[in-house]
Amino acid sequence: MSQPTPLHHPALHESGRLHANGAALYVDDIPPPKGMLVGQVIPSPVARGRIVSIDAAEAAQVPGVYAVLFARDVPGHNQVGPSFPDEPLLAEGEVHCVGQIVGLVVAEDLAACRAAAAKVRVKYEELPALLTVEQADAAGSYIGTPHFMQRGDPDVALAIAALRFNGVVETPGQDHFYLETHCALAIPGEDGTFTVHSSTQHPSEVQAKVAEVLHMPRSRVVVLSPRMGGGFGGKETQGNHYAALAALGALKTRRAVKVWLDRDEDMTQTGKRHPFRMTYEAGFSSDGMITALKARLLANGGWAADLTIPILDRSLFHADNAYFLPHVRLEGRAVRTNLPSNTAFRGFGGPQGMVLIEEIFNRAAERLGLDPAELRRRNYYGDAPRNVTQYHQEVKDNRLARIHQELMASSNYVARRAAIEKFNERSPHVKRGIGMQPVKFGISFTMSMLNQAGALVLIYSDGSVQLNHGGTEMGQGLHTKMLVVAAHELGLPPERIRVMTTATDKVPNTSATAASSGADLNGQAVRNACAVLRDRLRPVAARLLGLSVEDAHRVVFLDGHASVPGGTERVPWEKVTERAYVEQVSLSATGYYRTPDIKYDRAQGRGKPFHYFAYGAAVVEVELNGLTGEHRMLRADILHDVGDSLTPTIDRGQVEGAFVQGVGWLTCEEVIFDAKGRVLTHGPSTYKIPAVGEAPEDFHVALLDRAPQDGVIHGSKAVGEPPFMLGIAVVTALRHAVGAFGQVGREVELALPASPEALLRAVERARSAVAHGKARAG
Amino acid sequence: MDVIRFTLNGQSVEERGIAPTTTLLNYLRHRGLTGTKEGCAEGDCGACTVALLEEAPDGTGRWRAVNSCLVLLPMLQGREVVTVEGIADGDRAHPAQTAMVQNLGSQCGYCTPGVVMSLFEATYRSDLDEAWKLDDQMCGNLCRCTGYRPIRDAAKAVAGTRPRDRFLERAAVRAGQGMKLAYAAGVQRYFNPVSVGELCELLDTHPEARIVSGGTDLCLEVTKKRRELPLLISVEGVPELRRMERRPEALVLGAAASLSDVEAFTRESCPPLHRMLRYFASRQIKNRGTLGGNVCNASPIGDTPPVLLALGASVTLRRSSGTRTVPLDAFFLDYRKTALQAGEFLESVTIPSIPAGARAAAYKVSRRRELDISAVAAGFFVVTDDAGRVTEARLAYGGMAAIPRRAAGAEAALRGQPWNEASVEKAVAALAKDFTPISDLRASAWYRATVAGNLLRGFHLETRDQHVPHLPQRPNATLHLQPSPGGQS
Repeated sequence: MSQPTPLHHPALHESGRLHANGAALYVDDIPPPKGMLVGQVIPSPVARGRIVSIDAAEAAQVPGVYAVLFARDVPGHNQVGPSFPDEPLLAEGEVHCVGQIVGLVVAEDLAACRAAAAKVRVKYEELPALLTVEQADAAGSYIGTPHFMQRGDPDVALAIAALRFNGVVETPGQDHFYLETHCALAIPGEDGTFTVHSSTQHPSEVQAKVAEVLHMPRSRVVVLSPRMGGGFGGKETQGNHYAALAALGALKTRRAVKVWLDRDEDMTQTGKRHPFRMTYEAGFSSDGMITALKARLLANGGWAADLTIPILDRSLFHADNAYFLPHVRLEGRAVRTNLPSNTAFRGFGGPQGMVLIEEIFNRAAERLGLDPAELRRRNYYGDAPRNVTQYHQEVKDNRLARIHQELMASSNYVARRAAIEKFNERSPHVKRGIGMQPVKFGISFTMSMLNQAGALVLIYSDGSVQLNHGGTEMGQGLHTKMLVVAAHELGLPPERIRVMTTATDKVPNTSATAASSGADLNGQAVRNACAVLRDRLRPVAARLLGLSVEDAHRVVFLDGHASVPGGTERVPWEKVTERAYVEQVSLSATGYYRTPDIKYDRAQGRGKPFHYFAYGAAVVEVELNGLTGEHRMLRADILHDVGDSLTPTIDRGQVEGAFVQGVGWLTCEEVIFDAKGRVLTHGPSTYKIPAVGEAPEDFHVALLDRAPQDGVIHGSKAVGEPPFMLGIAVVTALRHAVGAFGQVGREVELALPASPEALLRAVERARSAVAHGKARAG
Repeated sequence: MDVIRFTLNGQSVEERGIAPTTTLLNYLRHRGLTGTKEGCAEGDCGACTVALLEEAPDGTGRWRAVNSCLVLLPMLQGREVVTVEGIADGDRAHPAQTAMVQNLGSQCGYCTPGVVMSLFEATYRSDLDEAWKLDDQMCGNLCRCTGYRPIRDAAKAVAGTRPRDRFLERAAVRAGQGMKLAYAAGVQRYFNPVSVGELCELLDTHPEARIVSGGTDLCLEVTKKRRELPLLISVEGVPELRRMERRPEALVLGAAASLSDVEAFTRESCPPLHRMLRYFASRQIKNRGTLGGNVCNASPIGDTPPVLLALGASVTLRRSSGTRTVPLDAFFLDYRKTALQAGEFLESVTIPSIPAGARAAAYKVSRRRELDISAVAAGFFVVTDDAGRVTEARLAYGGMAAIPRRAAGAEAALRGQPWNEASVEKAVAALAKDFTPISDLRASAWYRATVAGNLLRGFHLETRDQHVPHLPQRPNATLHLQPSPGGQS
C-alpha cells in the first residue's frame, strides 16, 4: 500500500540495490571511451625545495607514452586553490610539500606511466622545511589574517576565579579514507569542449578550475559527479587537481584521459583534517561555572590556503560548544607548513574547537570532583543573558536541556556511573569509564554567499519525472531525501521520479555539497521547482476534473492523482501531464533558494553566521586494560536532534556513521609524518580506521522526536556533520577509566589520539601519582 | 600448457599470454566486472572481496571470502570464483544483497560489494554460532560510512541460513583444489604442482624460484613494490601439505593448510595457537594465508611464530633427497632469513602436545584489535613441579627484535623459582636485557618494552586459576582479566 507521502517516513537508500549488486557506477567504473589514456602524477619527493632542472626527454621515449606535462604546458591559469591563488596545479619553481604535483605522465596504461615516471629527472635543491605548528608559528609563517572574538573582560574574570588553570591541547590530523580514491575522466568533445566525470563534492568549482587551466569559458566544460565512494570533505576541493590534470592531458593528447589515484598516492598527496595546537587559560567558580576563557587556536594549514581560513573560523565558532562563556577572548591563526594542504573534513574545524572546551571541562570536573556530566549541564546555554555566543549570535530553539534530561534517563547514566565505580574498586587491571557529551553545531556556510542552491525538474508527458539538483551524492543519502521532497511536492510515489547525475549543465553555479547543508539548501530549491510545476498543472487538472479555473487552486496532487479535497473525482497524474503537453504548458522548471538573514563581520568577530543550530548528546562507556592500554567501547547511547527528519532511516545512518568516525579520529586513527615530511601512514595497513569491532557492542541511537525546526525544509535539520562530534564523548569516558587507576580527585593527562600507547602512558602517570602521592599542579 | 582455466560466475574462462602476476582484482575490472572495487590493493580494506570455492578436509567445497587483490590469476587454475555480479538469481537478489539493502548497510556503496561477498560466505557457514563470530567474519571489510551497526544487522540476518540454492549444491560436491599448471608468459613463469614429488622435482630444477602458497604477503610485492617475480612455484595444490593431524604426542600441521582451517582445527587441540588466530588478520586473509607462509616469511612481527616458539614447535623441511627437522628457535636466523636452503621447502610444523598442568597462552597487542599488525606479540609456556617451582619456561616475543625469538634471560630468571608475582617481576626485569626494541610508526620502544613485561604479568594473572586460560572472544582486549568477585585482589 502506498503511503500518501514519503515525507518523514523510513526509506531505503535510493542506490542501495545498485550498491549491493555491483552495478552502481563510480568514475573509475565508467566503461573506457575509445582510445582512453591514463595519467599518473609525478609527486615531489621533498618537503620544500627549488626545482633546479626538469628533464623528461627519456621518459617521453617510453613506448606507450603520449605526453609528459609540467607547469609550462598549462595554457591558462595554473591555479586550483578554492580561495587564494597560492596553489599551482603543477609546481612552478618551488615545491612546498612531499607529494605536491610536479608533473603528469599520460600513457596507454599505468605500467607505461610508471616506467616513464621513473625516467623523469627532476633535480631539487632541498630547502629547510616547517612541519609543525610550533615551528611555523615561531617562524611567523601564516595563512591569511587572524580572527578574534571577545566578550567581557576575561583577564579580570580570571584574576578572581576560584579555580584557574592553563594548558595546551593538540588535536590530531585525520585521513578521510573514503573507500573510493580520487578519480577523474576527461573526454574531449567537438569544438573544443570537454566533459569531465569527477569524483567531487563540488562540480561547479571543478568546472571553473578546468576552464581556467585550459583557458576557456566555463560554457565549454561540463562536469558530472556521479555518486562518490565517500567524500567527508575530502572531495570538496581536492578533486580540482585531478580533474584539471585529466582535462589538461585530454587537451594535449586529444584523447580521453583518466587520472585515478591508488590508495598510497591518495593518502600521500591529498590534504587531511587540520591538526590544531591550542593554548588556553580558563577560570571556574567553585560550583563549576566557567567564568572566563582565553584561548589561542592555531591550525596547521599545510602548504596552501585551501579552505583553512573558514575551517579556522568554524573552530572559533565552536570553541563554546554548548556552553555560555561569560568572559571570553579567542584568537585564531592558521600557519603555513610544508605538509600536504589540509582541507575540509566533516565538522570543518568544529571538532577541534569542541575538543578544546571539552578538555577544559574534563579538567575542571576532575579538579572539582564533580560528575563531568553535571558540570556540563550547569554550563549550558540558557535563558537571557546566558543565550548569546561569543560571536554575539543569539542561541534560539535551545534543546540542550531537553536532550540532556532525556538522554541521561534513557542511558541510565547515574546508576551506571555508580556501578562502574563499584566495578573499578574490585578490578585492579581493567577499569571502566563513562562519559557524556553534548553538541551544538551551527548550520550554514559561514561565507554567507555560498548559502544558495538550484534545481531543475523535468516532467515528461508520460508522467515520468527527472530531478536535477545542485547537490552531490557521496553516500549521505541526499538523493534519497531530494526524491522524498519531490515526491511529496508532486504527490507521486518516489519510483516515478529519477534523480539524475549531478551535472553543471543542469544546475549552474552551485555550492559544494558541504557544511551539512545539502538537504537544507537543495531541498528548498527542489521544493520551489516542484511548486512552480504544480501550479502550472493545477488548471490543467481542474479542467480534467470538470472544475472551473477559479477552483484550480483547490487541486491537490496526492498518491499519483489530482483531486480536490472532499471530491470524489480523481485524475491520474499521467493524464494531467499528457493533457498539459497538448495544452502547450511548459513541463520543466528551475527552483532556487538562498538562506535569508545571515551575515557575519569577521573583522569585528560579530554577527549571525548561522541559520540555526543542531543539537545532540552521547553517553559512552568504555573498558580499559591497564596492562596494554587497549580499550573497547561497551555501549553508546545517542540522542540527536535532526528536527522532523525528512527520512529517519537515512538520518540514523548519518548519526551512527559520524559518531564512529569521530571516535576513530580520537582513538585508533593516527596520521604520522617522518622528520622529512613524508607521511608514513599511507594505506590501511598503517592507518587504522575503525573496523567492525571498534563499533560499540551495544549501540542505542534515537532521534529527538517532536522537534520541528522553523524555517528549514519540512521542519528538518542538517545532519551530516554534527554527530561526528558526539565521538568526543569517548575521551571523557576514557579519562574516567584512566583516572580510576589513580587516586580520586587527581587530574588525568591523556594525549590524543588515545591510542593504546597514549592510554598506557596516561595509566602509568595515574598510577605513579598514586605511588608517589603527588599530583600535577598547573 | 600455457593456459589458465577457471570458472568465473559459472562460466568457463581460458586465458593465455596474460602475466602470471596479474591480480584477480585487476583482471576482473579489465573484464568490465567493475562491481569488485580496489580500495587499497593490500588486503586491508576488503572492497575487492570475492568468493572462492575451496576444498574442505572431507573433499567437499566451501565458499570462502578472499581478497581478489591478493590472488594471482594462475592460483585459480581449475577453480571456481564468484563475484558480486554473479550471486543473484536472475532478478532475484541473493539474501546477502537483500540484507544489505533492507538494513541500509550501504551508504556510499563502495565497500558494499566486498561486504556482500563476506556475507555471502557467512550465508553458507554453519559454524557462526555466536554473535562475536560475526564480527570476526566481517572484520576484513572496512566501511567508512555506516559505523557498522547495519552491517552487523545484515550479518545476523543471513549468517548460517544456508539457503538451498546453486551455491549450496555446488559446495556439496567435490571441489578439487586446483589443477596442475606450468604457465609462462613473457619472461614470467608460474608452476602449480599437485604432488610432493612434482614439487621436489621443480625445486631441484629451479632452486632460485620463489615459493608461494596463499600469496597474502607475496602479492604485496606485486601491488606495492611492482616487482616482476619471474619464477613462482606454488605449494597450495599439494594435498599432503594441507594435511592436519592430531597425534597423541603432537599436532602436525601441513605448511599449506589455510589459517582458517588451522584456527578451526586447533580450537580443542591447541588453544594457545587458536587464541592467536582469533587476533590474526581478517577472515579473508586467513582463508588464503597459510601457517607455513607465516613461518617462512620470518617477519619479526609475524603473529604465529611467538606462540609456536613458546610451545616448542619444530619444522620439517623437505627436498628431493629427504627431510630434516629443525627446532623453530633454530629456524629464524636473522631479519627475514631462515634456515631454509635453496631447493628446500617447509613441509609441516609439529607442535608437541601441551602437557597437563602446563600453563600456556598467546597474546597480541596492536593499535586496532582487528586486522592489524602487532606492536608486540607473545607466546608463553610455563611448567611447574609439585612444589610449584618452574621447571620449564619458554617466553617468546614478536615485535621486540629482528626475528621472533625467546627471552633467554627472563626464562632463566623464572626457572627453579616459584610461579608467583615476585618471580614474574624478576623475569620482567630480565626482559630489559633480553630485548632492545625499536620505535616505529606502530609503537615506541618504551611501549613495546613495557607491554612485553605487562603481558607476562597478565599471563601470570590469567593462569593463577586456570592453566590454559579460556579463549577470549575476538573483540575483547588481548588479556582476559576479570575483576575478582570479592574485593581487590
